Amino acid sequence: MIVIIDTGCANLSSVKFAIERLGYNVTVSKDPVVLQQADKLFLPGVGTAKEAMANLIERDLVQQIKNLTQPVLGICLGMQMLAQASEEGFGEHPLIETLGIVEGNIEKMEVAPLRSPHMGWNQVTPKLDDPLFKDIPAGSYFYFVHSYALPVNDNTIASCDYGSPFTAAVNKDNFYGVQFHPERSGKAGAQLIKNFLEL
Amino acid sequence: MLAKRIIPCLDVKDGQVVKGVQFRNHEIVGDIVPLAKRYASEGADELVFYDITASSDDRVVDKSWVSRVAEVIDIPFCVAGGIKTEEDARRILEFGADKVSINSPALADPSLINRLSEKFGVQCIVIGIDSYFDEQTGQHQVKQFTGCEDATRTTNWNTFDWIKEVQSRGAGEIVLNVMNQDGVRCGYDIEQLSQARAVCNVPLIASGGAGEMEHFADVFNTADVDGALAASVFHKQIINIGELKAYLKTQQVEIRL
Repeated sequence: MIVIIDTGCANLSSVKFAIERLGYNVTVSKDPVVLQQADKLFLPGVGTAKEAMANLIERDLVQQIKNLTQPVLGICLGMQMLAQASEEGFGEHPLIETLGIVEGNIEKMEVAPLRSPHMGWNQVTPKLDDPLFKDIPAGSYFYFVHSYALPVNDNTIASCDYGSPFTAAVNKDNFYGVQFHPERSGKAGAQLIKNFLEL
Repeated sequence: MLAKRIIPCLDVKDGQVVKGVQFRNHEIVGDIVPLAKRYASEGADELVFYDITASSDDRVVDKSWVSRVAEVIDIPFCVAGGIKTEEDARRILEFGADKVSINSPALADPSLINRLSEKFGVQCIVIGIDSYFDEQTGQHQVKQFTGCEDATRTTNWNTFDWIKEVQSRGAGEIVLNVMNQDGVRCGYDIEQLSQARAVCNVPLIASGGAGEMEHFADVFNTADVDGALAASVFHKQIINIGELKAYLKTQQVEIRL
């Protein structure tokens, strides 16, 4: 069973459609029993870190996600949620504590004189023979939309450059994350989702 | 490197794709889903759908086609037209659109931009600007309600001031439609777009005037826009997107092939 964790964010359906285009059935759920039984899980996210974390807490999902032992793929803000903390807070709480699964904090990208947000198709450089990037030609473009990013660290499995290098894909144990939107990245993105489902 | 984007624009009216000249005399071009699919397979980097009737005649518009597009398309797309509230935006995003574009309602209530960007993140809030260069006064004017000729009005906003204003309120991207050039295919307004670029720190998309492949090379290489939007040259198959992108590559434009 493939499950999209129902985080209440807006892009659930585009992730669902992308999985279905590959011929798989997919369930959207926040039910602890369903999450535990899943073979593969997706953690989608768009919006702001503050709102996304509030949603996870409200839905009692924080500990449930941390306890998962099956492969989990975080997408965009869903990937950022895997980090220790995010600078995308407001006012008196500029640093938002996130799930704390992969290394590092999410930081505001310093891109000047380039435009922010980093929006559009950019090339990523994966580690050699990484299974998530199997059969994806070198120099393939993926679709990005974000203004915060995870700096490159020991958990980085693919990097991208916009102003400076940042983590395009991350992996620790059973947790994977991609900063780009594979569901909106044409053939390369579809291949990456397929690779994850076949892990 | 981040690639420059080629963005076909599909004007939608009553669930069909239409195209007029200088925002008037709309004729039906075809069904939404097959056209969207064709553009994606030809190499479009993104699609924009403008529901051009929505803002001006103030009715509830059926948006279920958004979901049908999201099911078949594996590139990002943006929906414009009739989005006046956070609830409107949420519905479109839940149907599977990646971004929403706001034009007339942002002019009516600029605080809408703040509310939308705080709620959904700046990355999915696009501001569409219809700009008209008045030769008599030498002014660049922002127009409102351009979807319907009778309803169109000139606002008090100077185009470049409005560009600054919407950025300060949380716009994540700006699409600048130069109305003088729309549908006439004699080239983008490079001068106006360069002036806009100078005050625009978010992605800037050029719109209005594309007629030949050279026009795209000019607007990228001279005005340094992030994307170029066009409609009639793609609908009428005057320019093939795949050939256009191969050509741009030879003109030193960073492009996804």
